[in-house]
Amino acid sequence: MMMLRRIFVAGAKSFIRSGSVSFATVLIMTVTLMIIGFLVFLSAVLSNTLVSIQDKVDVNVYFTPAASDSDIATIQEEIEAIPEVAATTYTSREEALIQFRERHADDELTLRALDELGENPLGASLSIKANDPSQYEGIVQYLENDLGGSSFIDRINYFQNKTVIDRLTAAIKATARAGSIIVFLFALASTIIALATVRLAIYSARDEIAVMRLVGASNMYIRGPFIVAGILSGVFAGLITLILFYPAAWYAGSATAIWLGGFNVFTYYVDNFAVFFGVIVGAGVFLGGVASYLAVRRYLKV
Amino acid sequence: MYRDGAALDNVTLSIAPKEFVSIVGHSGAGKTTLLKMLLAQERPTDGSVFFESVDVHTLPKSSLHHYRRKIGMIFQDFRLIPNKTAYENIAFAMEAAGRPDDEIATDVPYILELVGLGGKAHHFPHQLSGGEQQRVAIGRAIINQPDVIVADEPTGNLDPVNTFEVIEILKKINELGTTVLITTHNKGVVDAMGRRVITMENGRIARDDAQGHYIL
Repeated sequence: MMMLRRIFVAGAKSFIRSGSVSFATVLIMTVTLMIIGFLVFLSAVLSNTLVSIQDKVDVNVYFTPAASDSDIATIQEEIEAIPEVAATTYTSREEALIQFRERHADDELTLRALDELGENPLGASLSIKANDPSQYEGIVQYLENDLGGSSFIDRINYFQNKTVIDRLTAAIKATARAGSIIVFLFALASTIIALATVRLAIYSARDEIAVMRLVGASNMYIRGPFIVAGILSGVFAGLITLILFYPAAWYAGSATAIWLGGFNVFTYYVDNFAVFFGVIVGAGVFLGGVASYLAVRRYLKV
Repeated sequence: MYRDGAALDNVTLSIAPKEFVSIVGHSGAGKTTLLKMLLAQERPTDGSVFFESVDVHTLPKSSLHHYRRKIGMIFQDFRLIPNKTAYENIAFAMEAAGRPDDEIATDVPYILELVGLGGKAHHFPHQLSGGEQQRVAIGRAIINQPDVIVADEPTGNLDPVNTFEVIEILKKINELGTTVLITTHNKGVVDAMGRRVITMENGRIARDDAQGHYIL
């Protein structure tokens, strides 16, 4: 207990006294931790985008105008009975017409043609959501086999959407992978630089370490203060990173929310602050501690 | 056959408790290597070094520090820890040995007073002169009351006045019952001492006189 206290005090003292070296170490570690934090943001943004895109996948069953509400209700019940189906949304003929008019509000010609027609040419539709995107295939199969013969069904639109969505998903996944690899390489490179910085700081103390050995200090007692100083560097670098992320996320949040499909980086940062704190300060402590441990070990062989 | 790069060759000597022994010789004669072997900093290719009844080269690295606490080490270049004050440098040896705080708080000022640095306890090494730094180093060496003081050219970097003071302190330590072993180039120091002198040449012991002089 007494030794632990002495180790801690000695570590804190040497961290403060070797001010410029500690400052450089903290700075380099801050850069590393920012890249690691960026990795967390990136994975959150990408997985969120992927989820929101996959959420847009659905199957629409279009009914002929002749189908009555009660006919459709029967079919809807039947579909909802399928275990893979999460939910169905019914859009009536009238609603379809209103949506159509809204969509073509600027298109005078189409609207006039519609008015000319006098009656509602659109059919009702049922949009189906599956529990999992991979289950659509099976649901469509079922619909075609069991209901394909039904004269009320006009068409099922799954296949034309599917290719677009598949391509989009593949593109996002590829971007995610490439992005993750690049950021990971950056994180790796800056981790190595941080390790080298810590090692350099301890290299300058190698004679000291030898003297400590010769005046009878145990390895653990010599190593301890260096590890404490390394951990302190990590904690400071972590806190600086967290503080810098706050305005950065705030700025990036409002600038990119629309572009990221409503995903706000700032809100994510604030909501998941505990996770960020854990990851960034934890990585800092780990990096500083392990780097110091390894660096001192080389000079303890006296 | 002539020594093929070996620093020491066929050296046998024993030192009794409470002796004051000077080891003299040219640079490269093997004086420092002899001390390093004593401290288990280097291993002999052949032969062994006994401290009391323990062969020091059979000690595992992890327990060497216990052995080294029995020996106070003084170096030509002082080797103080640069970012610790005079007080902390001396206290470090006690802290490392796991001595309690109250003992440290009473012993360190006493030792600082003994080496004549009572007023400079909170100076860092770079704020002290060479002689003062060496006196801090002596303080650090004796604070744990070691059985042996080993001093490698302790006066090599000092002017005559500081040399005299350092030697006086070492003599006083010896009179209090500690074995002292020094290597030196300084003829005046050796001749004034009138104690045992071991002369080394090319890694061998050339002379070993109970009341020797500096003869090369």
